[in-house]
Amino acid sequence: MPADFISSLFVFILAGFLGFELIKRVSPLLHTPLMSLTNALDAIVVVAAIIIAGRHETKLSTLLGLIAVAASFSNMVGGFLITDRMLHMFRAGKAKKP
Amino acid sequence: MQQLIDFSYIAAVVGFILALKWLSSPVSAMRGVLIGEIASGVAVLATLFDPQVTHYKWIIITLIIGAAIGIPLGLVKMTAVPQRTALSHAFGALSAALIGIGEYYVGTPHLTKFEMLEIGLEVIIGSLTFTGSLIAAGKLQEILPQRPITYKGQNVVSLSTLGAAVVLMLMLMVHPEYTHLFQAMILVALLFGVMLVTPIGGADMPTVISLLNSYAGFSAALLGFVLNSKVLVVAGALDGASGFILSVIMCKAMNRSFTNVLFGAFGQVQVSAGKATEERTVRSATPEEAAAILAAANKVVIVPGYGMAVAQAQHKVRELFDGVTKRGIDVKFGIHPVAGRMPGHMNVLLAEADIPYDKLLDMDEINGEFPQTDVALVIGANDVTNPAARTDSSSPIFGMPILDVDKARTVMVIKRSMGAGFAGIENPLYYMDKTLMLFGDAKNFVGAIVRELAGGHE
Repeated sequence: MPADFISSLFVFILAGFLGFELIKRVSPLLHTPLMSLTNALDAIVVVAAIIIAGRHETKLSTLLGLIAVAASFSNMVGGFLITDRMLHMFRAGKAKKP
Repeated sequence: MQQLIDFSYIAAVVGFILALKWLSSPVSAMRGVLIGEIASGVAVLATLFDPQVTHYKWIIITLIIGAAIGIPLGLVKMTAVPQRTALSHAFGALSAALIGIGEYYVGTPHLTKFEMLEIGLEVIIGSLTFTGSLIAAGKLQEILPQRPITYKGQNVVSLSTLGAAVVLMLMLMVHPEYTHLFQAMILVALLFGVMLVTPIGGADMPTVISLLNSYAGFSAALLGFVLNSKVLVVAGALDGASGFILSVIMCKAMNRSFTNVLFGAFGQVQVSAGKATEERTVRSATPEEAAAILAAANKVVIVPGYGMAVAQAQHKVRELFDGVTKRGIDVKFGIHPVAGRMPGHMNVLLAEADIPYDKLLDMDEINGEFPQTDVALVIGANDVTNPAARTDSSSPIFGMPILDVDKARTVMVIKRSMGAGFAGIENPLYYMDKTLMLFGDAKNFVGAIVRELAGGHE
């Protein structure tokens, strides 16, 4: 097995466990924003899309990369935007808005 | 330069972890989103300076296109959040799959067996998540029927389809140069995604959407393996773990196993139908009577369900909350984990209607309070309040944790008609002596109660 794979697996396992511990603590109140936020974070795939599109190796890979740039960047922008909007709506009882 | 880019990715990973950590409470959650935005922005900017990137024009154009698609999707109404979420799973999986496909065409025929395995798995998961999420979004948007679509031998057909995709991948490991095998593998995986979600009905959507969330995350993580990009591995693992935990919570809340959700469409289960034919009487009440009962209570628990979302009644419910609270009555909301069409759906709708989040309690928190509750008001929820889940071992939902509304002194249920719930299961709650049925549209009926409360006062 390639060394790159082993180091990636290492990172994957650690991040998976960390994610488990962190997400267990998220209140059920915020499960919808949790999903939209992780979606936005996952859109970091856009960096790989930018590189494969920008390397310009073959016409096909560039085209696929460019579609991926648009798809993942729309997730990044839309995901953060809607998470932000949702969290703005959650307010505590005491701090009543006028 | 490369080092600087790497450091920006490490900073991004730290930001992602903090973002999730701060999401644990509504107080710090806004900060979490901000750090997530900064982290992602830094990583994207740094990538644009990567020396491998030589052609900018189209990247900038597609980034603008992406933003132009993303902004309206970020501004949808809160009732449309479930389908928006499904659509974003589709986009995420699509981009992961496309990059994997691009890597295949760049690498072939010089891919090692191991590289082919990584790319193959990544593309299979990405493709099936793409079509599966599109079907889910279509069902949630009601373009496609919400009913589970099933046929005989479905599981065999579906599993063989997945098996075919895996076999094609194994063949590719030996002959990575056979591009038509690769194309066939993609098509079969896309087809499997459709088959995976069509047999699943509306009430199971919270589980499915979480599961697709998890798949989208894992496809991104696998892409990280393919490209040896640790930032993708971390982001994908976090997203995958999140979706996985949510799916487990949803499955537990329905007392069903993963395999049961995936391979057993709920609508098919038609047991204990015999009881339903019995003539039983229900008591119904008018808005005036309902308002009078609420006004006389000390403690009220409102239980919202998907029916509230469908009727868009959340703002009227807020008016009811205000009207009852003004009289010094304690009002809380009891929210079942699978109420609605995605995890946390009810909370977001009620928060949108400006109800303070400390009044929104989840099942475990509220269940102990029902015996001291004067009135439990059920708005558009059915199966999650069905006491048969506790008592009737022949019921298809037996064992499912429910909100114990039947322990309140009086139960009022706003419901369109006596029709059974989504799962087609009779609810004995409606025939109890303490239960009053309030027949009508949730929005109109709650509005009528609000008017009665306001009129009767002063």
